[in-house]
Amino acid sequence: MALAQAQALPATNTIVPDKIRDGIDLQINGEHYRHTGDPQMPLLWYLRDVLRLTGTKYGGEHGENGADLILLKGRATSAISVSVAKAANAEIVTIEGLAANDGTLHPVQQAFIDEDAIGCGYCTPGWIIASVDLLKRKKQPSDDDIDTLPNVCRCGCQTRVRRAIKRVAAGKAGQP
Amino acid sequence: MSDANHGIRLSRRRFLQVLAGTAGALVIGIRAAEAADTDAPLPPSLLGDTFYGIGAYVRIDADGNVLIGVRDPDTGTGVATALPRIIADELDADWNRVSVVSLGLGVTDNNGQPSWIYGRQLGGTGGSISAAWADLRQAGAVARWLLLQAAARRLGVPADRLRCESGTVIALDGRRFTYGSLVEDASKIDMPNSVPPLKTAERYQLIGNPAGDVDAREIVTGQTRFAIDQQYGDTLTAVVVHCPWPDGTLDGIDFTDTLAVKGVRKVLQLSPEVGQQAGTTLSATAVVVLAEDTWSALKGRQKLKLKWKPGASNSESSDALEQQAGALLAGKTDPTTRVRNDGDYDAASKKAARRLEATYFQPWLAHATAEPMNCLVRVEKNKATLVVPTQAPQKAWAVVHRITGLSPDQIEIGVPRVGGGYGRRLDHDYLAEAVMLASNKDIDTSVRLIWTNDQDLAHDYYRSGSVHQLSVIIDRKRQITGWNQRMVSASALVNRGVPDSRLWTSEVDVDQLPAALVPNYRSDWYAQTSAIPRGPSRSMPHLSNAFAVESFIDEIAHSMKEDPLDTHLRLLGEARELPLSGGGTFDTGRLINVLKLVADRIEWKNWLHSVNGLGIACWHFNGAYVAHAVEVATKDQKLIVQRVVCAVDVGRIINPMGLEGQVAGATLDALSTALNLSITFKDGQIQQHSGKDYPLASMALLPNAVEVITVPGDRDPAGASFLAMPTAAPALANAVFRATAVRIRRLPLTRELSRLS
Repeated sequence: MALAQAQALPATNTIVPDKIRDGIDLQINGEHYRHTGDPQMPLLWYLRDVLRLTGTKYGGEHGENGADLILLKGRATSAISVSVAKAANAEIVTIEGLAANDGTLHPVQQAFIDEDAIGCGYCTPGWIIASVDLLKRKKQPSDDDIDTLPNVCRCGCQTRVRRAIKRVAAGKAGQP
Repeated sequence: MSDANHGIRLSRRRFLQVLAGTAGALVIGIRAAEAADTDAPLPPSLLGDTFYGIGAYVRIDADGNVLIGVRDPDTGTGVATALPRIIADELDADWNRVSVVSLGLGVTDNNGQPSWIYGRQLGGTGGSISAAWADLRQAGAVARWLLLQAAARRLGVPADRLRCESGTVIALDGRRFTYGSLVEDASKIDMPNSVPPLKTAERYQLIGNPAGDVDAREIVTGQTRFAIDQQYGDTLTAVVVHCPWPDGTLDGIDFTDTLAVKGVRKVLQLSPEVGQQAGTTLSATAVVVLAEDTWSALKGRQKLKLKWKPGASNSESSDALEQQAGALLAGKTDPTTRVRNDGDYDAASKKAARRLEATYFQPWLAHATAEPMNCLVRVEKNKATLVVPTQAPQKAWAVVHRITGLSPDQIEIGVPRVGGGYGRRLDHDYLAEAVMLASNKDIDTSVRLIWTNDQDLAHDYYRSGSVHQLSVIIDRKRQITGWNQRMVSASALVNRGVPDSRLWTSEVDVDQLPAALVPNYRSDWYAQTSAIPRGPSRSMPHLSNAFAVESFIDEIAHSMKEDPLDTHLRLLGEARELPLSGGGTFDTGRLINVLKLVADRIEWKNWLHSVNGLGIACWHFNGAYVAHAVEVATKDQKLIVQRVVCAVDVGRIINPMGLEGQVAGATLDALSTALNLSITFKDGQIQQHSGKDYPLASMALLPNAVEVITVPGDRDPAGASFLAMPTAAPALANAVFRATAVRIRRLPLTRELSRLS
């Protein structure tokens, strides 16, 4: 179809914008992308294999360990559990898109550094995404609120993640 | 896994060498020569000068930036931070100017044999820090000495009138030279004849002070590239499905539909190589789908029609193995190995005033790493290039070499940060799989092999289940005079080049508590056989043994109506150093100290009357000491881990922040494991296939904090990455007993508690 439309373009020197093209529009970290492959491809593989945004990790076939979390319309979502088609036109933020353009870290990223809330580091992006989501919904999360994070980590970063979240809530990210 | 580095000889001669690097940089390395048995030091020129990548350990550039290489893989153990700080401190470098890189495997060709450039390269076995303490400080000391010489010549004063501070050489009169301004001169100065004196402790600037993970900023921004995140030129993605039985075969395959999936390129079958040791080839027959991207490969795998034929192991079950172990202990069979036999247990038994016996059952366990098994490899005619998450790059090299036949120089192995190891990546079945694929004559691209989590869980090298039968003899004076441990398990060392007489070494420690404290001490090990693969696991063999022994000491205390802390202290006796049969000493004073520290912190004086349950446990291994105290409450039939305190004594602390993280992390891992994890098999097949079947603890199940107490010390540092594993579970179970009067003799704990309540 894309080819047929291209052929249908008028033979003119005027540059006209493409009208309708095949594919799915995606909005990731403020950039626009168009996916023309399998609409059922999970967003995780689109991010990792197509865009080479590898900060979002494979975390099980159903995202069991939370390493594949991204923000979809602001909510922490398992990237392997949502297809590219379902993610169309929705605002998507991955771990690579959290920091400001000038490199200033998101307070949650900064607090994870402050508390050294890192084990091997593989699942850390997922913990950060889940924490950002939580802090957006609950400015002062209780321990029970923090208990709802869906992530798991065999390195045992949980107690330090808890401190990092509380640090952000107290407005102390980046402070000694 | 504490035994992994016993085979590495630390007596190898190491040579320091200076190379003038590019752009006047000063490059210092330690060369490990294979000439271990010659006393005469070889001149460095005879060793050749083939440095890998940026070279050895330290590079100082003219602009003052310092680059330090890390030889050991960092699997989350913090060595990428700790090792460079050991070097940087000795160098008096400005830590803010230090960057750290992973060195990858350092190998050169020595007449077809590998010669390891960096000496020991091993991660997650508890030995990186001690090894670095023994040799890496010298690299820093030599660099500092050369910079001092360069400054001394420039100033015309003796070098001993100068001092170094934070990347600067300072003269008595206050004149200063940055390291960057000295490196060109320094690189032309001959090496010292011997290693300059190392710093004394009072001059440490970095060692003993906290530092966050060097990779933290990259990790929190998603920039860190693990092996699974990498590509190398034109790359195909491979996903795999293994035969459910390790000894099974492929009986039929139809992959027409798979090949019809857009993006799928090939379907191949791979089989374990006959006669190779466990962990060096596939653990089961596999069918691999190669595709242009992961999603296509996964879709293709979904459409495979496979018929597997079971092997002889298809009648095995974990339940039957446990029953067999029970029968073995009930009978009169001689043990496979009498591991230790002090005094005369049987004679002491006749004089017993009191006896006690208990049997503990512990399940099979998987590794459940966060980053799945994966390997990126390209095999060309004269070259193999790999990026692989491994804990043992030199073992990885041997597998690549065997499969490809390439010489040492032709094999390049990059080791980025690794997403969890716990012993799983001391084995290289997944690497063998990837290299076999990439060596296929029809494959002319790189291959990126990725296991999905179901494959990880069902095709692991597991920690064997075990049964411990413990008996104790107590005399009229309430002293423990006899201890008899009988343990049954399937050794992790079968088919790993270890003689039958040493198979017990992965299962039980000859010096473990209460050995050397009880006059009549006997430890027997009974071997079980199983086709289910086993291999190194975290804190093996201490994890299972500490649970049995420390639970039993609590039971002994209860039977004597004694406070278990007092029972422990009476057993440990005076502070003294006892010889270990494996070398080194057991300092009872250090163990008593950590025990008292956790008791004080958790307010053990409330032990008897507290509504909540308090439990305690201690252990020693690898020259380090650990104790846990746990407080639990029950609410609405649910167990709540209220407080956890852990004290460790590792000797000198390199990075207190890293140590705290390791101790808290291993504590949480141990609790998560003890609460809910077990691997079972039936009809020869593993029954766990996803995170739902093998559920690592969610945040809600874990304590909100782990209170870590680190004991400052000046002895040479011991490793800490799994030190806090063994004692968490028995302290928890002992606390559960106080809170519920239910004695947990079987793990996982949650299921057992609800069964008994």
